[in-house]
Amino acid sequence: MRGQPDSSSGSVGRRQFLGRAMTGAAATTLTPVARAAPAPAPKTDARAPGMFELNINGHAQLFALDTRTTLLDALRDHVVITGAKKGCDQGQCGACTVLVDGKRILSCLTLAIAAQGKSVTTIEGLAGAEDALHPMQQAFLDQDAFQCGYCTPGQILSAVACVEEGHAKDDASIREYMSGNLCRCAAYPNIVAAVNQAKPQMQIKKA
Amino acid sequence: MRPFTYARPAALDAVAREFPAASAGTATGAPVQFLGAGTNLLDLMKLDVMRPSSLVDLTGIDAAPLRRIEATPSELRLGALVRMAEAAEDPVILRDYPVLAQALQLAASQQLRNMATLGGNVLQRTRCLYYRDTAWANCNKRNPGSGCAAREGVDRQHAVLGASEHCIATYPGDFAQALIALDAQVETQGPKGRRRFPFAELHKLPGDTPHLDHSLAAGEAITGFTVPAGPWTRRSLYLKIRDRASYEFALASAAVALQLEGTQVRAVRIALGGVATVPWRAREAEAALIGVVLDETTAAAAADAAFAKARPNRQNAFKVPLGKQTLVRALLTVAAKEG
Ligand SMILES: Cc1cc2nc3c(=O)[nH]c(=O)nc-3n(C[C@H](O)[C@H](O)[C@H](O)COP(=O)(O)OP(=O)(O)OC[C@H]3O[C@@H](n4cnc5c(N)ncnc54)[C@H](O)[C@@H]3O)c2cc1C
Ligand code: SF4
Ligand code: FES
Ligand code: FES
Repeated sequence: MRGQPDSSSGSVGRRQFLGRAMTGAAATTLTPVARAAPAPAPKTDARAPGMFELNINGHAQLFALDTRTTLLDALRDHVVITGAKKGCDQGQCGACTVLVDGKRILSCLTLAIAAQGKSVTTIEGLAGAEDALHPMQQAFLDQDAFQCGYCTPGQILSAVACVEEGHAKDDASIREYMSGNLCRCAAYPNIVAAVNQAKPQMQIKKA
Repeated sequence: MRPFTYARPAALDAVAREFPAASAGTATGAPVQFLGAGTNLLDLMKLDVMRPSSLVDLTGIDAAPLRRIEATPSELRLGALVRMAEAAEDPVILRDYPVLAQALQLAASQQLRNMATLGGNVLQRTRCLYYRDTAWANCNKRNPGSGCAAREGVDRQHAVLGASEHCIATYPGDFAQALIALDAQVETQGPKGRRRFPFAELHKLPGDTPHLDHSLAAGEAITGFTVPAGPWTRRSLYLKIRDRASYEFALASAAVALQLEGTQVRAVRIALGGVATVPWRAREAEAALIGVVLDETTAAAAADAAFAKARPNRQNAFKVPLGKQTLVRALLTVAAKEG
């Protein structure tokens, strides 16, 4: 279980939210109900904000943002959850890794508007009910799989996906499939150990 | 990054109708451009190399042929919106066309492979550092007629095959080598309708127009690739040599497919990466191998033939012996493989 929806968002109508989102050019939490993403109105003015919806850690959120905004900047500057880190902003380090519809991707090379209608999981949404740590988070703690911690949210999400994809077969396969996450502190051996620790626990949980 | 409008059409017909000017053809960047996952385009927009005022996101197109992998006895078809990771892990491709799966799996990282589309992959731009950094005025690819900073600069990455005096930039991708080796075709749809042409005609040699990367017409989008089946596709592999073990572009690579008759070479397909300006089919090397017994000597002779016309610049001369050794190893490994 990850990213429980917050049911306390209240019952403000959609129209009011649209109004707020438009004027504030910021993210707004909607009551998390299942429905299709709104079709974006075709626009011809490049400076007009793009309107779109994302589901972030179980919360449906409406955005009215400059179309240039990356998913990473939308998360950090507009939703103001800062777990996803900006290392290189060029797709080279993996610090910005998040899960989109369950798959690991780089949020710095994803336009926020292009992720419309999709579900985004960040490190903030990984812990289960009552903030019980995900087995991978616990394994990173147990195995000292970080030093400064800057790359860690990306490493953990990538590691979760690595196990779920079935790419954590052995140490060599973990190293290959985790190669998209760089660590300047070189905690690599400990990261491999953490993935090995969490893997059986994740499989038990799933069964 | 400069401001742009964003459209996400749901139907392919709407793309050609509404965006007839969209173009992937020029390395300087047309005003209207198609967007796959953006792992290359968005990067270049942040660097201000690409300056589109309008993006047409193709990933919202809801057409099965663009999203499917289909294998029939006569061919393999890959939709342009299939993600690299999907194709790399497809069981039929892994079994019957391993060179395609390996070229994809050895590229980029799993995050990027989950994102990137096959259509965008083959059209990715060179990683020439002078092209990617607008602080350098001299780059014929980015700024036609301005000269080539790489020729007098750091050229360790650069191409030894297919270069011209105007540009020596390497084609950086991996998958394209596997496609060109297997005689793939490209399918497109644009304002003039649909067409299908050899993959080998998609990329343009730099010549005196290095700013023209591809031969696609305005408004023409790639919809898929077809790869003909053949008795050589199972006995195939992709060998990639890089500065580090993973998550790096090729210094040299070889895509090879082989059909043996007893110990003799009946058919062979060879393409080289990391060493050339475009995906490079090594036909001279293929010709040198037909009918011979593949061993270290004949493989080395084929590699010599492949690089006979190599023109190293200054720091990239090492790519000639490296490229040859890469090809020799690929050929001997594929010959030893179960067919
Ligand atoms: C750090 C890093 C490492 C990498 N390492 C490798 C590597 O080792 N090997 C390798 O091969 N690649 C590597 N890549 C490149 C990566 O594979 C490409 O960026 C990716 O495949 C591009 O696909 P995309 O869907 O994101 O394309 P986009 O970036 O969206 O598009 C690329 C180009 O294609 C055009 N386009 C896209 N789709 C279509 C279509 N259907 N029809 C017509 N035009 C279209 C766009 O207009 C644009 O010009 C790496 C990238 C990064 C950032
Ligand atoms: S090699 Fe090509 S891309 Fe690089 S600087 Fe020269 S002209 Fe530009
Ligand atoms: S910040 Fe996205 S890969 Fe480095
Ligand atoms: S823990 Fe410091 S960068 Fe990885």
